[in-house]
Order: sequence, then structure tokens, then C-alpha cells
Amino acid sequence: MQTAVIQFPGSNCDRDAQVALRQATGKEPYVIWHRDSEIPKVDLIVIPGGFTYGDYLRVGAMAANSPAMQTVVERANAGVAVLGICNGFQILTETGLLPGALMRNANLKFICRDVWLRVERNDTLFTAGYAGNSAIRIPIAHHDGNYFADAETLKRLEGENLVAFRYCDETGAVTPESNPNGSVGNIAGIYNAKLNVLGMMPHPERLADPVLGGADGRIMFQGVVDALAA
Amino acid sequence: MLKSGVLDPQGKAVETALGSLGFAGVSGVRQGKVIEMEVAESDPDKARAELEKMCEKLLANTVIETYAIELQG
Repeated sequence: MQTAVIQFPGSNCDRDAQVALRQATGKEPYVIWHRDSEIPKVDLIVIPGGFTYGDYLRVGAMAANSPAMQTVVERANAGVAVLGICNGFQILTETGLLPGALMRNANLKFICRDVWLRVERNDTLFTAGYAGNSAIRIPIAHHDGNYFADAETLKRLEGENLVAFRYCDETGAVTPESNPNGSVGNIAGIYNAKLNVLGMMPHPERLADPVLGGADGRIMFQGVVDALAA
Repeated sequence: MLKSGVLDPQGKAVETALGSLGFAGVSGVRQGKVIEMEVAESDPDKARAELEKMCEKLLANTVIETYAIELQG
């Protein structure tokens, strides 16, 4: 079971992702610099959070065109599991691996706090450790997390059951009040059609150890590692 | 520019600020960006074709934005 974390100038959650992966696999993840198009054979690639290239032009736009990401796109299309967190999600939409875009938060503020997420399905690589429709507590920390997709794309996402997480209250109820950033349909994370690519704005790696105040995020890392090893 | 139908919270904030400064009758404020560059290609058709490729590949995100190209000089 080998994993890799892609590191860009401006990544700031790459170490947290490494810690979470090390914890789950017992092995050191490869760290791939954005200029490297060579990625060793791995089972899971994590695109970490941060502010790649200072968010110049558009969030994720420059990183999406980096040599490392060209290889990630090839691997994802070949079925390798890819998890994009926060800026990683933004980068995945810019590559076209995931549909839609992440816009400026509706209230224009940078939001950094824990939110509740409803696990929309627990039959994927990434969510097998969670109970279906359970509410999990995971932090967000972003300025551009307002998920947008056109009506046709949304219809496809909903129809094909590709929404991974929705912002909800602690009972799991998806309400307008529990939507922190204006995302359409309270969408916090989505899958690609083959379910091997997950992009999400919240940070599971930031609550992956009880010492940090919670471990709901650890379940995702352990779950995906166990699922890939099985 | 953001496509029509895509909510623009920054444009909305600018609109509110203009209102509070006393500029009446302002609505539908949308915020976009202008990117200027010099290109070596002197044939306008070829330059335009190249710029279109740049917009599609990097400069614009056509999921949420439209773009227009203006040549000068």
C-alpha cells in the first residue's frame, strides 16, 4: 500500500496529509514536487490544501497545469484513487477531473471552523468506514469554497449519486443555516463518475487524531487504506 | 467575466458599497478581470487563434466564465 502527496509552492496541509497517511498505512508517503511528472506506482494520491501559486489567476488554475498534475490526471483516468482536499478540490475541478467550480464564499469571508457533514453514501473507497447518512465533524478553512455547477451538471451529480458530503447540522439535517459558504445543494464534496476521485472542501486530515480534538477524519484515511489493501 | 446566472458575491458587495456612497440607480454589478499581454505574432488571425487557445487552456475557466479578446496595435 503506497501513497503520495503532491506538494506545490503554497501547499500548507501537505505535512498534515503525510501524518494522516503514515498513521493509516504505517509507511512513509512519497512527496512529489509539482515540477516532477514522475510519480512512483502508488495506490492513493492526495492533493493537499493550501494556496498554490498564491491563488493567482484563479484558485487551483496554475497548479492544475503543473507537470505533476498532468500525471495525476493520467493516473486518475487509469483508476488510481485520488483525494483532493480544499485547494486540492479546487485543483481537481480546474483539471476537469471533477465538474463544477469553487467560487468566493457567499459572505465574502474566510471561514475557519468545524462544520458537520452528512455522509451521502458509504459504499465508496473513501467512506466505507462511516455509517450511511451519518453526520461527521470536520473543519473547513477556506475563502473560495462556494461550490457551483450548472443545472445540467447538478442534475447529473444528483442523478448518479455523486455528491459525497453535504453541509448539515449535528443531527445530519441539511439546512440553509448549516451551509457555511453558499454552495449549491449544500455540496461539500463530490466524486467523479468512476468513484475513484473525491474532492472535498473540509479537511479530514486536520481532525485525524483525538489529540487534535476529534478523529472523524481518521476514519476516512483508515477506510480508504483498508479498502485499497483489501 | 462570470457567466450570467453565476452568482457574483464580490460584484454584489461593490454594488452595495456604491449605493452607500450615494450612487443611485446602480444594479447588476459584475466583477471580472482584464489580462494584458504582448504577443510576437503579427498576423491578427493567427494571434487571435493562439489567444483563444490560451483562454481555453488557462486564462478563463469556461465552467463559470466567458472571455472576449481584443487586439490592439
